[in-house]
Amino acid sequence: MSLATARKLRSSLAMAACVASAALGIAALTIILGALLWNGFSSLNLAVFTQMTPPPGAAGGLLNAIVGSLIMTVLGVAIGAPLGLFAGTYMAEYGRYSRVTAVVRFINDILLSAPSIVIGLFVYEITVLQMGHFSAYAGALALSLLVVPVVVRTTEDMLNLVPGSLREAATALGLPRSLIIRHVAYKAARAGLITGLLLAVARVSGETAPLLFTALNNQFWSTNLNAPMSSLPVVIFQFAMSPYKDWQNLAWAGALLITAAVLALSITARILGAQKTSK
Amino acid sequence: MNENSVPSDGPLVADAGAYAALASGAKSEKMSIRKLDFFYGDNRALKSVNVPLYDRRVTAFIGPSGCGKSTLLRVLNRMYDLYPGQRAEGEVLLDGENVLDPRLDLNALRARVGMVFQKPTPFPMTIYENIAFGVRLYEKLSKTEMDERVERALRGAAIWDEVKDKLNASGLSLSGGQQQRLCIARTVAIQPEVILFDEPCSALDPISTAKIEELIDELRLDYTIAIVTHNMQQAVRVSQHTAFMYLGEMVEFGETDQIFTAPKEPRTQDYITGRFG
Repeated sequence: MSLATARKLRSSLAMAACVASAALGIAALTIILGALLWNGFSSLNLAVFTQMTPPPGAAGGLLNAIVGSLIMTVLGVAIGAPLGLFAGTYMAEYGRYSRVTAVVRFINDILLSAPSIVIGLFVYEITVLQMGHFSAYAGALALSLLVVPVVVRTTEDMLNLVPGSLREAATALGLPRSLIIRHVAYKAARAGLITGLLLAVARVSGETAPLLFTALNNQFWSTNLNAPMSSLPVVIFQFAMSPYKDWQNLAWAGALLITAAVLALSITARILGAQKTSK
Repeated sequence: MNENSVPSDGPLVADAGAYAALASGAKSEKMSIRKLDFFYGDNRALKSVNVPLYDRRVTAFIGPSGCGKSTLLRVLNRMYDLYPGQRAEGEVLLDGENVLDPRLDLNALRARVGMVFQKPTPFPMTIYENIAFGVRLYEKLSKTEMDERVERALRGAAIWDEVKDKLNASGLSLSGGQQQRLCIARTVAIQPEVILFDEPCSALDPISTAKIEELIDELRLDYTIAIVTHNMQQAVRVSQHTAFMYLGEMVEFGETDQIFTAPKEPRTQDYITGRFG
């Protein structure tokens, strides 16, 4: 066999392996999404959005879980995003060359890849055990700890992408640093910063583990932040594992809702990102 | 705030005194650079440089790439302070005050010594805001006064007619040459005393270049100007004094006519006749 033939053969084998891997991935995704869409849509009805989670055998919906998820996600992002934004701003603007930044970046990367169940246990330890009961506060706090590293990362990256020439030009006008950051750097990086925020929201809105140990669940309507609160991921977890058919159907509907929400956030983030690069 | 740095209503158009000074040929040193050394870490980029910037004159800095022209310019408004590991030694006097003094208010200095860069750098905001943003920091103006100031600055940078109908458009929507004139307007608007141009035309087409050169010629009636350029014809066209630098040294400084017609140093002669660089 000539060298060229052997090389072509190896190339075909490698190519076949690539295609097979890709097909496997796409097939798995298609099956998952297909099952989700099929079961989700067949379980979706108006009651899902208007009624509370039912006891087994009764009719009901997911209203308390949807609202609980919204409350805790918004609260978690409201706590986590400013922290992340400030930290990322320090790292990119004030401490770009300092040792502290390198250390913080390293620790942040660890936090970014920390299993969320560990975060849940940590918050359980410092809030639930101290307060003596589960609460939406604890849930929001756990989610905020997941938001922080994502926002720190994107904020630093996006501010580092702002051309130094723009910063120099603002400096040359005698503008103080705080104004340069707020009016020039943030403006130039705005699309990227918002994208990071949306990705953080997408990340936490599907988290189950940190909420299991913190907000737990609540079968009834509750907006009391100091009491256990229901959330979509935890309800899905509980209902999907149950032997009751109507609970399982509600779990499918909830899974569809979360997936749709995360998809919408990701698409928005993509569009914003594309706008930025096209400029 | 330094009163000196922000005249409430300084001249944007030449006054009679300026013409008189030009006509009489009298010249005083606005900035004096004395025994200036500059280091990037351990690398000595400027070697005991001495050069004056005369009041209301254009001084051109020429020399091959890496000779230290831009470095020198970035010392004059302490731009190098943004980066770690860079330091200057020696003296840079602005009206007799040492610019290198570590206690100096850098923002006040930069309000007096403006800078225009190689690449146009409009801020991501409207044309109007690009100008008003800097002004607002130093002066509290009413809406009418601010409108006037913005118009005056844009007129001063010869771009008013092109943008007067779209002041609310983004600064980024302008062409490269227009963006550069917008940046000049922005610099002029805060009424500095010295303007540093770091190769302001190297990213522009010949027509935009001609406009900027014309503009620099007008600006010198009000401002002390330093310009770094790779284009020797440009140095001849816009400057009254020229400094030739090579490998971090100030090789020769003199009247532009003299430098380009009868240089005293053989290295200057070699460079301007195109034998190296």
